[in-house]
Amino acid sequence: MVALVAEPLDELEVPAEEEGTGKHRRIRWWRGIVLFAVGAYFIIPFYAALRFSLEGSNGKFTLSAFTSIPSQPGFGAAFALSVRLAVITTVITMVLMVPTAVYVHLRVPRLRRLFDGITVLPIVIPPVVLIVGVLQVAPTVLKGTPDLLALVYVVLAMPFVYRSLDAGLRAIDLKTLVEASRSLGGRWSSTLLRVVLPNLRAALLSATILTVALVLGEFTMASLDQYQTFPVWIVNFEQDDAHVSTAVSLLALVGTWLLLLLITSFDRRQSRRWLRKESR
Amino acid sequence: MKVLGNRAKADWRAPLPAERAGASVRLSGLRRSFGPTKALNGLSLDIAPGELVALLGPSGCGKTTALRVLAGFETLDAGHVLVDGQDLAGTPAQKRDMGMVFQSYSLFPNMDAVDNVAFGLRMRGHAARARRDKAGELLDLVGLAVEAKKFPHQMSGGQQQRVALARALAIEPRVLLLDEPLSALDAKVRLQLRQQIRSLQQRLQTTTVFVTHDQEEALSIADRVCVMRDGRIEQVDAPADLYARPATPFVAEFVGTMNRIPGVTESGGVRVLGRLLAMRGEGTTNPGVPVDVLVRPEALSLSDAPGSDGRGIVTNKTFLGAVTRVQVLVEDGLGVQVDQPSEEVATLALGAPVGVFIAAPDVLTAERRAPAAFHEAPSN
Repeated sequence: MVALVAEPLDELEVPAEEEGTGKHRRIRWWRGIVLFAVGAYFIIPFYAALRFSLEGSNGKFTLSAFTSIPSQPGFGAAFALSVRLAVITTVITMVLMVPTAVYVHLRVPRLRRLFDGITVLPIVIPPVVLIVGVLQVAPTVLKGTPDLLALVYVVLAMPFVYRSLDAGLRAIDLKTLVEASRSLGGRWSSTLLRVVLPNLRAALLSATILTVALVLGEFTMASLDQYQTFPVWIVNFEQDDAHVSTAVSLLALVGTWLLLLLITSFDRRQSRRWLRKESR
Repeated sequence: MKVLGNRAKADWRAPLPAERAGASVRLSGLRRSFGPTKALNGLSLDIAPGELVALLGPSGCGKTTALRVLAGFETLDAGHVLVDGQDLAGTPAQKRDMGMVFQSYSLFPNMDAVDNVAFGLRMRGHAARARRDKAGELLDLVGLAVEAKKFPHQMSGGQQQRVALARALAIEPRVLLLDEPLSALDAKVRLQLRQQIRSLQQRLQTTTVFVTHDQEEALSIADRVCVMRDGRIEQVDAPADLYARPATPFVAEFVGTMNRIPGVTESGGVRVLGRLLAMRGEGTTNPGVPVDVLVRPEALSLSDAPGSDGRGIVTNKTFLGAVTRVQVLVEDGLGVQVDQPSEEVATLALGAPVGVFIAAPDVLTAERRAPAAFHEAPSN
C-alpha cells in the first residue's frame, strides 16, 4: 500500500519542487542580505569596542585594559554589590513567582491572561514611578541601603520570570502530575519539590539567568538611587579610563551572552526530549 | 500484595492467591454541580471488596467526576463517600490510599521507571532499599523489569501506562482508580493491557473503579458495569445481564447494537411486524400507543419459511467472522440489522427477498422516534 501511494505522489511532487526551488533561491538571497545587515549591526560596534579596548594610549596593541580590571578602584565593591543584588533578587523573585505561577496554572487558569497583563506592567511604567512605588512600601530597615535596589529589581524581573515559568508550566501536564503525586501520598511541599520543580528545570534556569543578566546590566534605577553598582561603575569609570571601562563592558557582554547560550542549549536539549516523546 | 515479596520472578499471568481482600466502597447520594451543569445528580453505588466496577457513559455523564470525588480531587455539594465504612469527607487526596492511573501519561518525566514506581513508597517513608526492591517486583509484575532504568520519554505509551499501573499498585491501595487508562493507546496494546489489568486485579483482589466511555472495554473487564447518564446511574449489572436485559432504552442503545422497529401497544403487550410480544421495562402500558420496539440484531433471524414476522429485501451484508450482519429493508424505509451465522447467509445475494423472525421472548419499548431506523451504538 505504501509503495502504491508513494509513487504517484512522488511524480506529482516533481514539478512543484522545481517551481519551489526558484522561490527558495530568492528567499535564500534575501536571507543572506538580512543576516549580513543584522550581523553588521551587532558586530561592528562590538569590533570597534574590542579594538578600542586593545589599544594602548600610544595606539599599540596591549591587553593591559583587561588585565588591570581587578585592580581598578571601586571595581571589586561595585561588582560584589551587583552580584549580591543578583542573588537577593533571584531568591526573592523565585520564592514569590514560582508558587504564584504554579497556583495560577493549577487553580485559576482563567486568570492566566490577567497575569500576563499584570506582569508586563513593569516594562511600561517609568522607572521613577517604580522607585517611588517601591519606596512607599519598602521596610524602613532597607531604606537608605543598596539592598533596596533588590526590591526594585524584583519588580523589573517579573515580566521575564513570569513568562519563563509560564512557558515551562505550559509544557508539562501540571494538573495530572500534581494529582498523580498527591494520590500517591505526596504532600504539597514534596509535590512541589520532587515533581513540579525538577520538571521546570529549564524554565527556572532561564528565569534565573534572565534575572541575573538584568541585575548585572541595570543602570537607570541604580544611578537614580545613586548606588555604585557594576553598570554605574562602568559609566563613572569611563571618565577615568575609557579603555578599561570598554574592556569591562565587553567582558560583561560576553558573560551575559554565554549565560544566554547556556539557556538555549539547555532548552533545546529539553525540547528534543519532548519531541521524541511526542513522536511516539 | 505482600505476597509479592516472596516471588522473585513474578509473572502476571500466573495464579496468585489473594492475601488481602480489597476495601468496600459506598457512594451515597453524591451531588456536584459546575455552574448550571449537574455533573453528579444523586449518584449512589455500593462496590464490594475486590470487585471491579466500570463506570460507563457518554462524555459529560459524570463518570470522571465520580472517580475524582472518590480520589479526593473534587469536593461534593452533598453526599458521602465511605471506604470500609469510614467517611472520607475531609480526608485529603494524599491520605486516601487510592492508587490512580490517569488517561494522559502521568509518569514523572524527571524519574526513571523504578523511581516512579517507588515514589508512593518514598512518600510513605519506606527505606531506600525496601522501596527499590518493591518497585522492582512491581515492574516485574507488569512485565517491565528490563525497562526499570528507562525514563518516561524512552518508553512507549503502553509501557508508560503499565509503569503507571505498577506505581498505583505499589502503595497497596485500598481502592484502585483507573480513569480511561487505555484511551490514548492503539487498539492492539489496549487489548493486551486490558487483559493484564483484569488479570492483576483478580489476583490482587484490589477493589477497582474503571472509568471508560468504551462499552466493549467496560463489558469485557468489569464484574459489574454501571451505566451513567446526566450524573445519575441508569443501570448497574453484570455485563451479560446489562447486554441481555437492559433496564432502559438509553442503556439498550448505549450498550451494543439495537434495532428500533415501530410497533403499537395492545392490552397483552406490543404488536410489532404483525406479532404480539410481551413488554418489559418502564414503557407505557396503555393500549394503542405508537412506540419503538428495541430488538438486538441477534434476536432477529432470517428465513424463507412461511409465517415470518416481516418480509423485506437484503440491502447490505457485513462479514463479522462467525456471524454476518445483514441489513434488511423491511417496509416503508425501515431497515433492520440481523445477525446470522455466516455460513447460512454466504449465498444470500443483495436484493434477495427474505423473511424476518423475532426470537425475543419479551422486548423493551421506547418512545416512537421518526424516522424509524436501526441504531448503532457509539463505537470508540
